[in-house]
Amino acid sequence: MSNFKLTRRGMMQTGGAAGLVLATPTLLTAGSHSGYTNAPTGSTVKIGFNVPQTGPYSEEGLDELRAQELAVEHLNGIGDGGMLNTFSSKALDGTGILGKKVEFVTGDTQTKSDAARASAKSMIEKDQVVMINGGSSSGVAIAVQGLCQEAGIIFMAGLTHSNDTTGKDRKANGFRHFFNGYMSGAALAPILGANLGTDRRAYHLTSDYTWGWTQSESMIASTEAMGWTTAENVLTPVGAGDFSSYIAQVLGSGADTLILNHYGGDMINSLTQSVQFGLRDKVVNGKNFEIVVPLYSELMAAGAGENIKGVYGSMNWNWQLQDAGTAAFVKSFGEKYGRPPSNSAHTCYVQTLLYADAVTRGGSFNPCAVGEALEDFEFDGMGNGPTLYRGADHQCFKDVLVMKGAENPTNAYDTLEIVEVTPRAQVEYPSNHPMFGGDEASVGSCNPGA
Amino acid sequence: MDAIFLQILNGLDKGSAYALIALGLTLIFGTLGVVNFAHGALFMIGAFCAVTLQKLFGLSYQVIDETQTDFLGKPLKVDVPYLESWLGPEFSAALMDWSVPLAILFSIPIMVVVGFVMERGLIKHFYNRPHADQILVTFGLAIVLQEIVKYFYGANPIQTGAPEMFKGALDFGVLIGFEPNKVIYPVWRLVYFLFSAVVIGGVFAFLRFTTFGMVVRAGMADRETVGLLGINIDKRFTIMFGLAAAVTGMAGVMYTPILAPNYHMGMDFLVLSFVVVVVGGMGSLPGAVLAGFLLGILQSFASMNEVKAILPGIDQIVIYLVAIIILLTRPRGLMGKRGVMEE
Amino acid sequence: MILGLNRRDTRFLIIVILLTLFTPFLMQPFSEGSALAQFNGGYPDLMAKVAIFGIFAMGFNILFGLTGYLSFGHAAFLGVGSYSAVWMFKLLTLNVFPALIFAVIISGLFALIIGYISLQRSGIYFSILTLAMAEMSYRLAYSVLTPITNGETGLQIRATDPRIFDSATSSGSPNLFGLELSSSFKWEVLNHVFTFNVGFYFCAFVAIIMFYLTLRIFRSPFGLILRAVKSNQTRLNYTGHNTRPYTLAAFVISGLYAGLAGGLLALMDPLAGAERMVWTASGEVVIMTILGGAGTLLGPVLGAGAIKYLEIIFAKINENVLHGWFGFLPDGLEDFIVFILSRFTGEGWHLTLGLMFMGIIIFLPGGLVQGGQRIAAKFRRKAPNDDDDSEHHPKSTSHVAE
Repeated sequence: MSNFKLTRRGMMQTGGAAGLVLATPTLLTAGSHSGYTNAPTGSTVKIGFNVPQTGPYSEEGLDELRAQELAVEHLNGIGDGGMLNTFSSKALDGTGILGKKVEFVTGDTQTKSDAARASAKSMIEKDQVVMINGGSSSGVAIAVQGLCQEAGIIFMAGLTHSNDTTGKDRKANGFRHFFNGYMSGAALAPILGANLGTDRRAYHLTSDYTWGWTQSESMIASTEAMGWTTAENVLTPVGAGDFSSYIAQVLGSGADTLILNHYGGDMINSLTQSVQFGLRDKVVNGKNFEIVVPLYSELMAAGAGENIKGVYGSMNWNWQLQDAGTAAFVKSFGEKYGRPPSNSAHTCYVQTLLYADAVTRGGSFNPCAVGEALEDFEFDGMGNGPTLYRGADHQCFKDVLVMKGAENPTNAYDTLEIVEVTPRAQVEYPSNHPMFGGDEASVGSCNPGA
Repeated sequence: MDAIFLQILNGLDKGSAYALIALGLTLIFGTLGVVNFAHGALFMIGAFCAVTLQKLFGLSYQVIDETQTDFLGKPLKVDVPYLESWLGPEFSAALMDWSVPLAILFSIPIMVVVGFVMERGLIKHFYNRPHADQILVTFGLAIVLQEIVKYFYGANPIQTGAPEMFKGALDFGVLIGFEPNKVIYPVWRLVYFLFSAVVIGGVFAFLRFTTFGMVVRAGMADRETVGLLGINIDKRFTIMFGLAAAVTGMAGVMYTPILAPNYHMGMDFLVLSFVVVVVGGMGSLPGAVLAGFLLGILQSFASMNEVKAILPGIDQIVIYLVAIIILLTRPRGLMGKRGVMEE
Repeated sequence: MILGLNRRDTRFLIIVILLTLFTPFLMQPFSEGSALAQFNGGYPDLMAKVAIFGIFAMGFNILFGLTGYLSFGHAAFLGVGSYSAVWMFKLLTLNVFPALIFAVIISGLFALIIGYISLQRSGIYFSILTLAMAEMSYRLAYSVLTPITNGETGLQIRATDPRIFDSATSSGSPNLFGLELSSSFKWEVLNHVFTFNVGFYFCAFVAIIMFYLTLRIFRSPFGLILRAVKSNQTRLNYTGHNTRPYTLAAFVISGLYAGLAGGLLALMDPLAGAERMVWTASGEVVIMTILGGAGTLLGPVLGAGAIKYLEIIFAKINENVLHGWFGFLPDGLEDFIVFILSRFTGEGWHLTLGLMFMGIIIFLPGGLVQGGQRIAAKFRRKAPNDDDDSEHHPKSTSHVAE
C-alpha cells in the first residue's frame, strides 16, 4: 500500500472542479409545458408494452404481446373490433384514442425489476409513451408501477397476482385488472370444501418471495376459516428445480392435501415431482391425497402435462367461458394467431382497451383525468361479467374462475376445465384489509409528471 | 429415523445428479483446463434430444374431422402420427412411452458430434488464450445454442415423462424394514441413481483400464512430452471432448422426467456444476463425484423442516456455505491437484 | 504535468472528458422521425447507465485487468451499494451525498471481508469463493433478509419514510441540494431533440473523477505491482514482496467502485433489488470488461456501453418496426427479410448478444479497444501497437494441462 500515491494537490484540484460543476446546474429547467408527462403532440399517441421477451416467462410475454397488438388494431379500427363490440362503454369508435392513431413500442422486462425499469424508462424518456402495460411477475409490476408513478404516466398492470400490487404498494397511477392471492383463496376455499371435505390437513410448499408469501397467507386464512388445519408452511427457494427434498417430507407430516404456492416453472416441477412421489395415489386420514395449485395459467398447465388432471386451481379468465365478450375476443385472437388466448393475454388486452376508454371518457391523456375516469368505473362485456375498478386501491372486482385439470383433454388448449365461476361478491374485501396494507395503505395522489 | 433415512436417500439421489452433471464438466474444465460456460448448454441439448425424439415419434399429418369443431367453430384438424399409421397404435404408443430411455441411444451420436464440432471449430483455438476469453466465447456460444433451441421449442417447459413402468413411487422403506408409507421414493429417481452409478463407473474404467485413457491421463500430466513421443494428443483431447459432451447429454436426457426441460435449464445448472467441480478439486474425477454426493446430501438435510426451523433459509445457501468452508480448509478442494488453474 | 499526469495521459483525459460531456449529442445522431431514430440512445436513463456501469467495470478492471484475479461476485458490492443508498434516502435525506458516501463505505467494508476471505486462495478457487459469497448474499437478500431488502419487490422510498433531515415539503426524488436529478433541459434543433439531464451529468462527473483515479492507479507504482502479480506472483513473492496486501487493496478498491456505481444506480432510480447481486450480474461486469478490453483504460467503459445499449435498443426493435423499415420492398422479400432480422432483434436480442461475444473475442482478442486501434491504425497507416495503452493488453498465457 505504501507505494500508492495520490498527490494532495491533485485531490484539491479535483475538489475545486467538483464545486464548479455543482454550482452550474441551476441553469437547467424542465422542458415540458403541457401540464403532464409526454403529452402527445401530433396525430399519433404512443403506448408502451413492457413484457418478458427473454427468460422463463417469455412465452407468456409473447402471448401478452400478441393480445396487445390486437388491442391496438381494434383501437385503430383494423379487424373485427373484438371486445369493442361487447364492451358496455361505447366511447371508443375505432378511430384511435381521441382521434389520435395509436402506435406502440415494445420492450423486454427479462422478468427482472432492474431491466423492466430500464426498459420502461426508455419508453418514457425516449419514446414519450403515455401509458405502459404488461408484465408477468409481481416484483416487476410493483417496480414498474412505482416508476410510472414517479414519472407521471399511467401503468396498466398485466399478470401480477400478489396482494401487494394493489395492497401496500398501491399507487395512484397504477391499475390492476388481474385478480390477486386473496381472491384465489376466497374463490377456491368453498369449492375445495364442497369437493374435498372441510376437515383436511394441508401442507403448503411456498415460493420464498413476496408473491409466495401473500399467496400462502391468503390460502391458509381462507382454508382455515372453513375448518382445514395447516400442517406446515415450508418455504422453498425460487427456481429450485428439484423439490424432492421438500416433497419427501410431506407424507411424514400426516397431511392429506398439498398446496403448491408456486408459479411458472417452479409449479410445473413441484407438481410433476409430487405426482412422481406417488402422493396422489395415497390415502391419508381415510381420504384420498389431493394437490391444489392456487394460481393456474394455460402455459403452466401445458408444461405440467397430464400431471394436472383433477388438480384444483384458480384463474382470472379462460377462453372457454361462454359470454359474448369472451367469444368476440377468442374469435379475433384465434383468427389472427391460430390459437386461443391465455388469461395473461386477456388481461393485457382488456387493460389496453380500458385505458383507451378512460382517456376518451375523461377527454385527456392527462394521467389524473384518466385515473379519475377509471376510478369506481363499472363496466361489462369484457369476459368477466360486471366489473368494478375500485377507486380506493385501483383493483378490479369481478368473477373469479375455479379450474380443474381436465381428465380427458381433446387438444392442447383445453387441459383445464372450468369448475365454477365464483361470483364477485364472494371475493370482495374492504380496501383496508390487513392483507392489503391495512389502514395505512393509500394510493396517494395522482402524479401528472412535468 | 425414517425421516433421516429418507433424506439420505434423497441426498444420494440429488448427489448422483450433481455428480453426473459435474463429471462431464470436470473432463473438460478440470483436466483440459478450458473454462467451459457452454457446459450447461450441453446438458440442455441432451435434454432436448429426448424432447426431439418424442416429437419425432409424434410427427403427424392432419386429417380434417367434420364431426368435431375446434375452438373457433371450424372443423377440427386431427393430428394422426405417421408412426401410428405405419406401425399400428400399440407399437407406436410403446415407442412413445419409452422415448426417454430410447433418447439415450439417440443422444450419444448427436452429443459426440456436438462435442467434436465445438472442440474442433471453436475451443481448439482457445486452449492458449486466457481463461477470461474462454469464458466469454463459451458463454456467447451457450446463449446462441439456447436461442436456437428457444426458436424451435419455445420457452415453456416441455413435459417428457418416464415410461409407464417407471412412473409412480416405490415403498422403499418396506424393503428394508420400515413401516409402510414411511420411506416412499419415485422409481425413476432410483433408476437415475443406478444409471449415474453405471455411467460414472464406466468413465472411470475407460480412463483407468484402456490405452486411450492412459494416454489421455498422461497428456493431462504433460501434454508436451506425450506429443514428443509421437502420440497425437490433440486428437485424443477431441475425443475426450466428445466423451464429455456425451456424458453430459445423457445426464440431461435422463433428467427430463424429473425436470421438464426448457431452453434455460442449462444456465440454472451451470453455477452448480462449477461449484461441484471446484469443491471436488481441479483435475480430480473422484473429487468431483465425491463433492457431488456430499453437496447433495448436505442440501437434503438442510431442507428438513427441523433444520430450517433453527436456521431459516439455510437450504438456500448451504451449497455455497459448504463450498466456502471446504475451500478455506482444504486449499485445493477435496482432492485437487497442485497447480491446476491456480495461477 | 497537470494533475500528476504526463502529456499523453492529459490529452487522453481531456478527450474522455469531452466525449462524456457531449454524450447527449453523440448518442443521438439520428433526427427524430427518421427510420434510424430507433437507434438513438441519447436519453437520460441509458446515458447514465453507461456512465454507471462504466464506473463499475473500471473498478472491476483494476482487480481483474491488473492482477488477473477473476472475481465472479462483484455484483454483490453493487447491490450492497444500492441498498445502502436507498436506506440513507429512507432514513436521512434524499440529498445524494449521504447516500453515496454511505454506499461507498458499506460496500468497502463488505469488500474487505469478502476479499480477505477469498484471497486466501488464487486462480479458480478464488473465483468460486467470490461466486459463492455473492450468491449467498443474493439468495439471502431475496428471501430471509426481506425486512432489510424488501425481497423480490426491491427496496423503495415511500412517503411514510422518516427522512429526518428533510423538511416535509421537500421533493420526493433524489436531489443535489434541492435540484432534482430527474430534471432535464431539452434542446430541439435541426429536427433533433437533445436532452441534458442533471442526473446524467452528475453520474458523468463522478465517472470522469473515477476515470482520472483509475488513470492514476494504472500509472502508479502500486499499479505496477498489481501488474507484476498478474505476470508472475511467485517471482514477486521471492523478491520479498508480500502480495496479499496489494491484491486485497485492489479488491477493496474495485469493491468501492462497485459500491459507488450501486449508489449511483439508486440515485438515478431509487429502487434496489436483489437481482442486482445474482451471478449473471457478476458475469455481466466480467463480460463488459473482457468485451471492451481487459487491462485497458477505456475498454471496460466501452464494453459497458455496448452491452447496455444492445440490451435496451435491440430488444425494442419488434417486427412492426422492421416492417416499417422494409415496407418499400416487395411483399415476399419484405417478409423474408423481416423474418430473418427479427430473429436477432426484439425477443431474439440475446442471439445478437451471444454472436457479438463470440465474434469479438474470436476476431479481436483485445476486445473493442483493439478494434478501435486497428481502425485508427488503418487511418493513420501506423502499426497498431503505437497507440495509447497498448502495453496493457492481456498477455495470453498458456495453461492447458500445466
